[in-house]
Amino acid sequence: MVDACDIVVVGAGPAGLAAAEAAASHGKRVVLIDSQPRAGGQVWRHDALHGQPRVAMDAIRAAAGNANVTYLEGTQVVAVEPERLLLQDARRGFHLAYGALVLATGARELLLPFPGWTLPGVTGAGGLQALAKQGWPLRGKRVLIAGSGPLLFAAAATAQRHGAHVVGIHEQAGASAVHRFAAGLWRWPGKLAQAARLRLELARVPYRTGSIVTTAEGDHGVSGAHVRGGQGDERIECDLLAVGYGLLPQVELAQLLGCALEPEGAHARVQVGPWQATSQPRVFAAGEACGIGGIDCARVEGHIAGLAAAGAAVPRALVQRRDRARAFAASLRQHFALRDDVRGLANDDTTICRCEDVSLGAVRTHTDAREAKLATRCGMGACQGRICGGALAELGHGPRGGMRPPLFPTRLATLGEPVLSSVSDTRGYTP
Amino acid sequence: MSGHDLIIVGAGIVGAACADYATMQGMRIAIVEPGVVGGGATAAAMGHLVAMDDDPAELALAHYSLGLWEAFANLPQAEFSRCGTLWVASNDEEFARIPEKIARLAASGVAAERVDARELYRLEPSLAPGLAGGMRVANEAVVFPPAVARHWVDRAITRGATYHADAVFRLDDRGVLLHGGQRLHGPVLLATGGALPSLLPGLPVRLRKGHLVITDRYPGVIRHQLLELGYADSAHGGDAASVAFNVQPRPTGQILIGSSREYDAVDTGVSMEMIRRMLERSFHFLPRLRELDAIRLWTGFRPVSVDGLPYLGRAPGRDDVWVAAAHEGLGVTTSLGSARVVVDQILGRAPAIDPTPYDPSRVQP
Repeated sequence: MVDACDIVVVGAGPAGLAAAEAAASHGKRVVLIDSQPRAGGQVWRHDALHGQPRVAMDAIRAAAGNANVTYLEGTQVVAVEPERLLLQDARRGFHLAYGALVLATGARELLLPFPGWTLPGVTGAGGLQALAKQGWPLRGKRVLIAGSGPLLFAAAATAQRHGAHVVGIHEQAGASAVHRFAAGLWRWPGKLAQAARLRLELARVPYRTGSIVTTAEGDHGVSGAHVRGGQGDERIECDLLAVGYGLLPQVELAQLLGCALEPEGAHARVQVGPWQATSQPRVFAAGEACGIGGIDCARVEGHIAGLAAAGAAVPRALVQRRDRARAFAASLRQHFALRDDVRGLANDDTTICRCEDVSLGAVRTHTDAREAKLATRCGMGACQGRICGGALAELGHGPRGGMRPPLFPTRLATLGEPVLSSVSDTRGYTP
Repeated sequence: MSGHDLIIVGAGIVGAACADYATMQGMRIAIVEPGVVGGGATAAAMGHLVAMDDDPAELALAHYSLGLWEAFANLPQAEFSRCGTLWVASNDEEFARIPEKIARLAASGVAAERVDARELYRLEPSLAPGLAGGMRVANEAVVFPPAVARHWVDRAITRGATYHADAVFRLDDRGVLLHGGQRLHGPVLLATGGALPSLLPGLPVRLRKGHLVITDRYPGVIRHQLLELGYADSAHGGDAASVAFNVQPRPTGQILIGSSREYDAVDTGVSMEMIRRMLERSFHFLPRLRELDAIRLWTGFRPVSVDGLPYLGRAPGRDDVWVAAAHEGLGVTTSLGSARVVVDQILGRAPAIDPTPYDPSRVQP
């Protein structure tokens, strides 16, 4: 016997929660899966000190609290079989059959290598935010934040709320691009208000545009970084350095399902139609997996995908809201486009693949990701090339090839002896 | 237009070995490969350098090749690891047959020893209880095949080989015409594995799909390449689909888990059903595997000749077309010997081992 549901939603961030709620409200039996212990996704990750924002708690209650929704936390999709998924939680592996599937797999950070980026104390910007929310001690630490995009402000604000001394925010985009972006924000009043709130909260933090961290230094951990900007080079002392160059759609499950992808810069996103349908029958996608668009975009796309997966009519107003939110995403992409020099920071000795300890010099001569992998082991490790693959694609060494199962490191027992049933005794949702 | 002494089509492990040896003999060669060097069956292979005793000709080629592999024992990118092979006997009957196997291997110069159950568990404490013993071939090793192929191609290029990242459009008695329009003149050696029939329809090759699983790093869980003694039955049986216990300790600490064999599968995708069958078999011998994490699954296709032996020699009815292909699961092991058997014949020399059993002319048109 295989457990079955009408609709499975993969990912319980803003898009997945909206999709589950929408599908369940049309009477469908929904299974909502998330790999994290708590719903909310990255953007609404539960904060050990400050909990979750009201809007997140409402969205979680509306989805996971719905009687038609079975919520499986700490559960990963590890492989795809005809008409069913192979799942794994902390205890076992099991199958789930579905009528329709909504991909709400979100995004991960684009990390670009530079000398020193593998030192302890160097993280991504989103990575720092996640660590802070999980209770990583930041009190009194000097934190330098760099990279690109609005995520830098969000990461700085979280770090500050956790007692860190944020010594600077360094945005690679030039001043004119950032000003043009800010000047256009009036078109999205919610975004404008949010930006103003963050700016006020971070009023004492120096913000530099056209500024790039070129090197991290330190003996056992990072103790400072070299920054190159309009005023030349300077060294800034810090205890932690967070560098993130924006987000990448997580498309691996879509790849396994055979969904068509389309380019997003040097990377890939899931191709969807007006109602969030992918190229595969009964598979829908919503949110960041369809292109980095932010939280408003994710929620409305999740809503549309949930309705479409349930076979319900999609109101025109939703489609219009989605198109507006997508326009914001386009504006972000345009104004925070990466400058060429951030792609040239790593030298031949800089590690590019941390799993297999491969330096950029070893892969530089290869223009094909598979050839580089076979010759150097680059991307063969436990992360399946998620980190180095994004970096190498951005650096012009070719996109990663086809995804192979499992999607995540998976117990051999899950692959060899999946149990017959699990959803029937799920732990259920407790508000 | 100047010609080549030899045009080698295919840069898998076999074509790469041919290119390395031919240039070592001073031949001016061209290498034609439309894909990634070592990117076909070579990339999917386990890289176990092993002698199988069930066919004398296969054993002779393996033994010859294993001696040649010693030259690469210290090549860093080969990841050569002399873990030895430990064949596991499930029951007394299999254990009792070990001396015959040892005698057959010894006749070809391969040293093996029988180990009793006590010694078996001393060598590999993680094996499941209740096994009868085993046969250890201490000198055998594992390598990382695609990087070796790359090394041999690079070496051939430094000796003057030209590399053509293109596919053969047409093969004739004067050479090959490439898709890109370039014509190469000279004798041709086809080392195209499973793709052989597309250029030489007279030599049949059947594809036998295999699945592999690799784990995260768990150094020390096993020390030897472990196989069940019933492996040969599975490997050479005619069943449409079979699995056998065959696991390998990689130098990285990872464990590579095989093996499955399926005829006539065309889909390159992973079959979770085959993975399940293969892992169930592995858990039976090595229960500890259950708790380890897999990080990747993949498939590959073994090219199988009409009788299981590779085609090495002149193509039937052709003057200047040669073949080194269809090595099934032993292409990595026998690549070096295969290269010498073929290239020596092209140079008009007698190979070090009797080439007759591998002669493609054994296939009747």
